[in-house]
Amino acid sequence: MIWKTIKVGFHRLGSPASFYRFSTLVSPWLWAGFALCTAIGIYYALYVVPPDYQQSDSFRILYVHVPSAWQAMAGYVVMSILAAIALIWRIRMTEIMAMMCAPIGAAFTAICLATGSIWGRPMWGTWWEWDARLTSMLVLLFIYLGIMGLYAAFDDRRKGARVACILILVGLVNIPIIHFSVEWWTTLHQGKTIRIFGESSMHYSMMPPLIWMTIAVKLMFGAALLDRSRNELLTQDRRKGWVQKKLKSQGVS
Amino acid sequence: MSLAALPALLARDLRLAVRHGGESLMPLFFLFAVLILVPLGVGPGPNLLASIAPGMVWVAALLASLLALENLFRPDFEDGTLEQWWLGHLPVTGLVLIRLLSHWLITGLPVIIFAPLAAQMLYLPDQALGVLLLSLLIGTPILSLVGGLAAALTLGTNRGSVLLSILVFPLVVPVLIFATGAVSAAADGFSPRAHLGLLAALLVLALTLVPLAISAALRLNIE
Repeated sequence: MIWKTIKVGFHRLGSPASFYRFSTLVSPWLWAGFALCTAIGIYYALYVVPPDYQQSDSFRILYVHVPSAWQAMAGYVVMSILAAIALIWRIRMTEIMAMMCAPIGAAFTAICLATGSIWGRPMWGTWWEWDARLTSMLVLLFIYLGIMGLYAAFDDRRKGARVACILILVGLVNIPIIHFSVEWWTTLHQGKTIRIFGESSMHYSMMPPLIWMTIAVKLMFGAALLDRSRNELLTQDRRKGWVQKKLKSQGVS
Repeated sequence: MSLAALPALLARDLRLAVRHGGESLMPLFFLFAVLILVPLGVGPGPNLLASIAPGMVWVAALLASLLALENLFRPDFEDGTLEQWWLGHLPVTGLVLIRLLSHWLITGLPVIIFAPLAAQMLYLPDQALGVLLLSLLIGTPILSLVGGLAAALTLGTNRGSVLLSILVFPLVVPVLIFATGAVSAAADGFSPRAHLGLLAALLVLALTLVPLAISAALRLNIE
């Protein structure tokens, strides 16, 4: 019974008008959750967590660097799942959502690279190093930009989205390369220190802000994705009946 | 089902390339133009040139392979031949592979043939020459495959060429890393086998998956 409700609800989200209603309802809550988690996370990160014994206070940039790096990769995986759904079942909403993942993912990749660079300057003594992890992350940024460029190059939005979905699935090969880059090559970037299973080599007192910031970033990704998809949907459907009706009901003509 | 049309397609592509003559050799001229500019740009010191030679030959080969991509599918797309690929009874991935093979024979093979000359121009150590040729032999088909994918993806757009090179470049980074890694290792007297093995693995991966992606992209574009 519950399963059926979920299934019907999911299929209903494929309709633009239902998606519009759902996303207007949900995204403010996600933004609120993001603000709350960020506030808690930043407070813990700046005031509660003790300074590192070697890096003193400069390690605190980790609480921006690591969550955005995770989200840059997780965002790609989410985008690939949406792209696969879009190509197999040809659901228009997932096409739009897959396309709207790309700018957000690209932004997180850029944040990750920028904060890593700022952190690398005092710790490694260099802004940039052609290390496996850094290079594969840079490649990820260019794959994101390629997807955005390909989508924008088509006059027919749906065709552009579907073609870009193929590129998304091809670019997926880069994700395991990024993940394992610190194990396959022993270059400058440090290895895995945080594990979900087994013991992390990071001290437990440093963990809480990381968890808060990770949740915050995930919520922000969801909220931005819903908002962007809604805007793209409105732009594409601006001449369609349901948008006109919506505008009329809000007093805009 | 007759597969006789596959060699016929290959013969047609090659005949077209031969009749275009100079135009087909443009990528090769371009390769040497890049290789001549390098010593003039970074200075003609043999030690410096020898140390950057593997990378420079490979970057030049990569740039040269981009040149012919624009016309890989476009003429057939515009005159409707591409739609016949789906109406006929031949497997489309087979046709795609034949088209890529002809692209490789026209752009990849001349690069391999003239690579010893290029290596001499940049003072590549003699013991690395064999590995350079081997890395080009394994690597240039990957360039054709990835380039073909980018050409198929950008087929429906008007401004394909710039976008095409932007799409190709992140996907061929691993090829460049392993190929130049192999040649550099050989030049320094180490075994290039690990790098060549990984390069061959990339070729197998690309050869199995990319034709499927190309035919999916072509199909979406002719819809």
